Amino acid sequence: MTEKKLDPNKINIIVATDCGSTTTKAILIENRGGEYRLMTRGEAPTTVEAPFEDVTMGVLNSVGEVEELSGRKLIDENGRIITPSNGNVGTDIYISTSSAGGGLQMMVAGVVRSMTAESAERAALGAGSIVMDVIASNDKRLPHEQIERIRRLRPDMILLSGGIDGGTTTHVVEIAELIAAADPRPRLGTGYKLPVIYAGNKDAAQAVKDTLDAKTDLSIVDNLRPVLERENLLPAREKIHDLFMEHVMAQAPGYRKLMEWADAPIMPTPGAVGAIIKRVSEMEGIEVVGVDIGGATTDVFSVFQGVFNRTVSANLGMSYSISNVFAEAGLPNVMRWVPFHMDERDLRNRVKNKMIRPTTIPQMMEELIFEQAIAKEALRLAFIQHKSFATVLKGVQQQRTIADAFDQTGSGSTLVNMMTLDMLIGSGGVLSHAPRRQQSALMLIDAFMPEGVTRLAVDSIFMMPQLGVLAEVHPKAATEVFNKDCLIHLGTCIAPVGEAKGGKGPVMDYTIEFPDGKVEKGTLEFGKMKLYKLGIDEKTNLPLEAKATFEPQRNFDVGAGKGAKLERKVSGGVVGIILDGRGRPYTIPTEDKLRVAKLKEWMLELDIYPHEAFERA
Amino acid sequence: MAHAYTPGLKVTEEIRVVKERILPLKGEVLVKQGDKVEPDTVVAQTHLPGPVEPVNVANLLGVPPEDVPECMIKKEGDKIHLGEVIAQTSSFFGMFKSECKSKTEGTIENISSITGQVLLRGTPIPVQVKAYLKGEVIEVHPREGVSVACIGSFVQGIFGIGGETHGPIKMLSPDHNTILDEKDITAECKGQIVIGGSLVTAAAMKKAISVGAVGIVVGGFDDRDLRDFLGKDLGVAITGNEDLGITLVVTEGFGQIAMAEKTFQLLKRHAGQMACINGATQIRAGVIRPEVVIPKDVAVVTAGNEAEILGLAIGSPVRVIRQPYFGRLGTVTSLPAPLQALESESHARVLEVEFEDKKRAIVPRANVEMIEEV
Repeated sequence: MTEKKLDPNKINIIVATDCGSTTTKAILIENRGGEYRLMTRGEAPTTVEAPFEDVTMGVLNSVGEVEELSGRKLIDENGRIITPSNGNVGTDIYISTSSAGGGLQMMVAGVVRSMTAESAERAALGAGSIVMDVIASNDKRLPHEQIERIRRLRPDMILLSGGIDGGTTTHVVEIAELIAAADPRPRLGTGYKLPVIYAGNKDAAQAVKDTLDAKTDLSIVDNLRPVLERENLLPAREKIHDLFMEHVMAQAPGYRKLMEWADAPIMPTPGAVGAIIKRVSEMEGIEVVGVDIGGATTDVFSVFQGVFNRTVSANLGMSYSISNVFAEAGLPNVMRWVPFHMDERDLRNRVKNKMIRPTTIPQMMEELIFEQAIAKEALRLAFIQHKSFATVLKGVQQQRTIADAFDQTGSGSTLVNMMTLDMLIGSGGVLSHAPRRQQSALMLIDAFMPEGVTRLAVDSIFMMPQLGVLAEVHPKAATEVFNKDCLIHLGTCIAPVGEAKGGKGPVMDYTIEFPDGKVEKGTLEFGKMKLYKLGIDEKTNLPLEAKATFEPQRNFDVGAGKGAKLERKVSGGVVGIILDGRGRPYTIPTEDKLRVAKLKEWMLELDIYPHEAFERA
Repeated sequence: MAHAYTPGLKVTEEIRVVKERILPLKGEVLVKQGDKVEPDTVVAQTHLPGPVEPVNVANLLGVPPEDVPECMIKKEGDKIHLGEVIAQTSSFFGMFKSECKSKTEGTIENISSITGQVLLRGTPIPVQVKAYLKGEVIEVHPREGVSVACIGSFVQGIFGIGGETHGPIKMLSPDHNTILDEKDITAECKGQIVIGGSLVTAAAMKKAISVGAVGIVVGGFDDRDLRDFLGKDLGVAITGNEDLGITLVVTEGFGQIAMAEKTFQLLKRHAGQMACINGATQIRAGVIRPEVVIPKDVAVVTAGNEAEILGLAIGSPVRVIRQPYFGRLGTVTSLPAPLQALESESHARVLEVEFEDKKRAIVPRANVEMIEEV
């Protein structure tokens, strides 16, 4: 790869691709009048597998579609992307992300499962990898079972950690011996040794080297948990990215060529999405949760208290993994979101038929409703996994005062706090391409159960990966395109936390002063939802804002404390302001008739589906 | 996407089928190019390294890890037998010995002076690869395996369970639309691959296993029955390693769906002939579909008879693969270019299809698969 010195001031035309496992997506960005905007996009099937086995073919096909749509010549006679630009020909830079061929797949190992092994897992996930397995001295498997597992999995690389600096060396060397005994082979290609990164106790580095150097391609970086109280994940993450480029990418068909073409290192797709989520959080100084729901996997990203976390739920998705969502969530949990009765046998067969023919799309409304019900469960399950992973460091002894004595949270408690969450961003086909944006909003609300005041947004056409890598080389362009063309503001959800005695009664009084001077006043009743339209400023493309006052009942909290009044601005969006009076924790009625009636009421209020869709009920 | 259509499953009377028969590790190839093989012919074999058994010698002998190498009677690479002493200490002028015995047959893999652990490697496990097809060895991959080819009829299924097997074809359902029930299965099905119509019931599957049928090929299968058979809900479609005593190849999908007439007639024409089937399915990148191969006694030609895969065109025969027309066959009558709104309000590229009863419908292009004519 040729990493050129790029002068951001001379970059006016940008072509970026994301080579996904099924499609390669290209976008064209241009500087028009000092502002970077998305011009067009194109897509084509990814060509990593036989009979093509050259990723650059899919790249050229997708860029070719951009060429046709934009009228800008981007590919020369030799089938190469033209750089730099000259008039209506070429681009100033070409960049790419990739998750083709299964993305980056790692195995991590550490001494204690909930401590160093978990820190190693966090480092690998943060770098955009899928973690195939976590080996730890205390993972309850016998050593020979661990060896068998390492041998069978064939990861792209292994991250080995363990021990704080100056601590005991025996356990981490023991794990190194297991890895050596397994003699693991890399997933792709032959003729090179499996990359192993050691990021553990520095005192054990030499012994680990003696054990692994001959059998693996060993790199040693700083300990990712030098002391119990602190993680130092950056050196390990950077090494993972380097090795991803040097080994994994270089082995995938056509990638050497792609790396030569690209003007910046190719990033793993989830790593790039994580970078953009982090950026949103840093720039606005807010807490963010982002989710990308794909066909096979669902990624969740979060920034709480300045700490970034990413999890990948490898078998939760909307096509290849749809059957697994169904199996994990269970029929009753899926059906609770469907506003009519469906026969179980028929349903099961439909889910399996989608799994075996994953590219099909819902033609009928009832199928769309059913798929969106499954999406809610996939998102919910992925978020549960995320919450249990995004925690404060485990194993750290905390000093407690008397005031803390009754507080059950402590070592290992989750960082995720839905009440302090400012923004929830959704991405992936089922969210980005829902026929009505209200559907995306309701899927996010029902799956994540935001509390208090939370802004909702979706990625318009799934271009966060490309913008993530662009942010590395041209932050200004990435930010402008992200704000103007990528992020679709849906609006704001206001969900008071609490339960009404007897399941009815008022939740809060509200006053909303709209920018056009209109004022809406009312009382939100328990179990009701209400939608107020508040759109987007056409000139700035930013959401309009309204001044709102919420006065919750004494057993409800909308963000300022139980019964405390909250005055603040709320943002609109293509959907508007959603008042969710269903309470938190939220339980859906179990009695079938009541459940169907309530779903219908909420869905009609938010204009989720047309009236005819409920006729089956 | 410019070419958004699903290539159909292959159903063809005659095609050249090539299968790579490769060992998991390098080993020995037992046949040579041009050899005629039967499904059970062993074409290559090797030995997988045995399982590793760690033994904490330092703990067992009560010595510090750094002393372990000195205590070892057997060195790295030495052969060991079950119960044989591999390390020992002696104290008090050699009178009180502590011993460490091997728990396995094999070799000493590694001795660590840091952890005091010794890794024992069990005896190698033999692995054989069979030809699977009746055909000819067309290529030898030295030390890795062979490519076996045959000319034969070929049916690609949509989903299956169970691994490779072979046996004569036995037609049980009278037509492609009939359910294969328990009463249809008799003792005569032993060793046979039985063919049903639109569905095989759970009771019929169980009876087929009990009488010793080796395979079932059928249009549809119920997901609830699949769950009962596997003992769990199948989450991810990666199959082939189930040990049910039978291999199932489903040609159309889940639920009661008539087997495509063309598939049924092809199998019927070959009733009594030997078929090789595999239920292995993987619906992920690098898709694997289950299959039925009926090898013919003809010489293997060098060039393929494969049909060229063409895109969707007016006149293309297609099968709808999603509701509301799931399973229906027809011909493409129009391919409008602009995106069209569906009942679900999604916008998608569509086509117009004329069904066999001459009725026409608009269907998303993603929801049809081409029926390949060879």
